[in-house]
Amino acid sequence: MNIFLAQLKSEIRLVLRNGEQLLLTLGIPVMLLVFFSLVDVLPTGESDPINFLAPGVLSLAVMSTAMVSLGISTGFERSYHVFKRLGLTPLGTPRLVASKICTVLVVEIVQFVVLIPVAFLLGWEADAKRWGIAILGILLGTAAMGGIGLAIAGRLRAEINLAAQNGLYLLLMLMSGMVFPLTELPLVMRGISRALPSTALADLVREGLSNAGTRPGFSLIVLAAWAVVAPVVAAISFRWD
Amino acid sequence: MGLEPSGLPKLDIVSSTSPAVEVTGLTIRYGNLTAVDNLDFRAFPGRVTAVLGPNGAGKTSTIECCEGLRNPASGSVRVLGLDPQKDQRLLVGRMGVMLQEGGVYPSARVRESIELYTSLYGNVADPDQLMHICGLSERSKSTWRQLSGGERQRLSLALALTARPEVAFLDEPTSGVDITGRGLIRETLRTMAEQGCAVVVATHELDEAERIADDVVVINRGRTVLMGTLNEIRNGRPAIRFSSDNTIDLTALSSALGTPVERHSAGEFRIDADGNAELIGKLGSWLAANGHPLRDVNTSGESLAEIFTRVVGDDNQ
Repeated sequence: MNIFLAQLKSEIRLVLRNGEQLLLTLGIPVMLLVFFSLVDVLPTGESDPINFLAPGVLSLAVMSTAMVSLGISTGFERSYHVFKRLGLTPLGTPRLVASKICTVLVVEIVQFVVLIPVAFLLGWEADAKRWGIAILGILLGTAAMGGIGLAIAGRLRAEINLAAQNGLYLLLMLMSGMVFPLTELPLVMRGISRALPSTALADLVREGLSNAGTRPGFSLIVLAAWAVVAPVVAAISFRWD
Repeated sequence: MGLEPSGLPKLDIVSSTSPAVEVTGLTIRYGNLTAVDNLDFRAFPGRVTAVLGPNGAGKTSTIECCEGLRNPASGSVRVLGLDPQKDQRLLVGRMGVMLQEGGVYPSARVRESIELYTSLYGNVADPDQLMHICGLSERSKSTWRQLSGGERQRLSLALALTARPEVAFLDEPTSGVDITGRGLIRETLRTMAEQGCAVVVATHELDEAERIADDVVVINRGRTVLMGTLNEIRNGRPAIRFSSDNTIDLTALSSALGTPVERHSAGEFRIDADGNAELIGKLGSWLAANGHPLRDVNTSGESLAEIFTRVVGDDNQ
């Protein structure tokens, strides 16, 4: 088998086998989507909360896979010297990185295949005429979130990395307009939130799939900047072992 | 290259007299700390070379430099005639590696790990044979996390074999391995060497080294303090070693034999002399006459542990 495909197959199999990662990447997004669309407690301002939640939860799914899942698994692989050993095989760094990126994209596709039908079942009325913006947002968001996840995973001990990734996930979920509307945040926090990649990601996905983004042009600039800076920082600071 | 019945590689480099590994004046520094200081050693195809030393002697740093994982501050390292740093892409496909610990996806099953590595090396080895050789066939569905320490070491060894290597660097391969597993690892390393691989083993387990090594390099505080074949090193200082009870009057025995007798450890003694029959006869007679048993007479010279103690010192063990 081709070296890249062998590595990719291995990566995908390990992600799908990991129950904690599946809970994070599929379980939590599905639960949030179902719960908050059936229990109308969020001040979404929509007649049906699913129309606010669906694009937000899709953005959350991207963040959970590209940042948290990738970051946690990478942290543990570092601590178990997996990269050090793989570095002494014909695999090579470019194929290793490419397999990680492809694994994230495959998991995101699986997430969308599960989440989008669930959202439609819950009554989501999508307005996806500008779907290209959503795709662009997801790709840039994957790069930005992946960069952040790897920058953290590449420096911290595995256990500290685990806590940091989960803590950041929670913080960004609350502050980025994914599940809770930005308008409910205090003014200062709202300002900070606008500069976050997660906020920009959610805004672009919402613009692309529900035609309801608030500042898509600004969000595109913010997310593009994060998509460049975060992977560069990760590449510079990452320690393989 | 053909596959031997054992499943290990048959290489075309058997009996080569040029070294597979040549380390000259190697110095490795971590900040102000000099971990390896002007070290020299060579390892040859078809032989097992044991790199010995106490903890912190610089064994792992040296091995990792040979693997291309570390930059030397100065000196030269050649592996199969290549620079491990500059030519790493050319070298990795010909080199087997066993890290001191880990190196395997923790949630990957044994078979999956071996299959991945065989794929990375172009499927030159058969995963089933490797599992059989390393005694892992019955654990093929277990993840790395579920394996015992010894099984993990054997899995690491199996991964080192997937390349069908011409040179293998194994860092503490028997650490934490039970007696059965040690025997299996020894047998595998011997087979690798017999089939032409240059096997370099870093270890601080002297008994294991004595059982598998053809050549020995002793490192202390980053420097080579002893190097040669195991036989050369052991025969350098002939001795008779024997066991008895611990109440022997050494002064009286030394006087009777006409040569000094030293207590090496409780119940273990040594005489610095050739193992000639006359002296051994005198020893046996004296012990019998004085009511002491005679057990385990050995005339093969100093043990590796004794040599190590002499050249490195007790404080370092």
